[in-house]
Amino acid sequence: MCNQAVSLVAAELERHGISTVAIQLLREVAEKVRPPRALSVPFRHGYPLDVPHQSARQLAVLEAALSLLEDERLRPPALVEFQPR
Amino acid sequence: MGDTSEFSLAIRLFLKAYPWRRIEPVPWVPLAKPLNQCRLALVSSAGFVLPEQEPFDDSIPGGDVSFREIPSDIEVARLIDTHRSESFDHAGLRGDPNLAFPITRMRELVAARRLGSVNRRHLSFMGSITAPGRLVRDTAPAAARQLAQDAVDVALLVPV
Repeated sequence: MCNQAVSLVAAELERHGISTVAIQLLREVAEKVRPPRALSVPFRHGYPLDVPHQSARQLAVLEAALSLLEDERLRPPALVEFQPR
Repeated sequence: MGDTSEFSLAIRLFLKAYPWRRIEPVPWVPLAKPLNQCRLALVSSAGFVLPEQEPFDDSIPGGDVSFREIPSDIEVARLIDTHRSESFDHAGLRGDPNLAFPITRMRELVAARRLGSVNRRHLSFMGSITAPGRLVRDTAPAAARQLAQDAVDVALLVPV
């Protein structure tokens, strides 16, 4: 449900002129709901940015998400898989 | 990736039959300037509230679609996880709210000049919303108006 909720809010933000990127924990839900720009992550629910208290791990996810905002090749709906290094 | 095998059979069956909302058409705002000149807001669906804020109401059928404003200068340890779902492990969020409300990481990215700034306020929703009609009609537009008034350029949305 959380994946749908943030996707619906993201769409509304875009309608108000704000560029968005949403983390998504269930790719099959993201494919159905279609948030404008999303990073699908391989983590379990409750852990959307990977590991607690591990700033480098969290920043890696955040950097991947932010880079989607800069990718001029993407077209809506853009759903990109996070590739852990 | 996260998948539904984490959940009980009852929840898996519910999710399989659930009529997901399809966003159509999909709105799209290209980034208008470099990120290091952008103002960012966070939107989390972890149901975080501050101790002085009204808790989300678990008794509302279909879910509580309201949201709370979280000031940018909060101490992240003051965030209280009130997400009503029992279908995931809350230990991570409770130990490190940055996991779903990464304000500390955003401050670090501003300090590193990767981002221009963080907005003065951010938004917290309770993501466990099975009837999103009022979210789509009322509270998501209200949230968007607030962030647009703040001249927010980009938003990062984090579910749990």
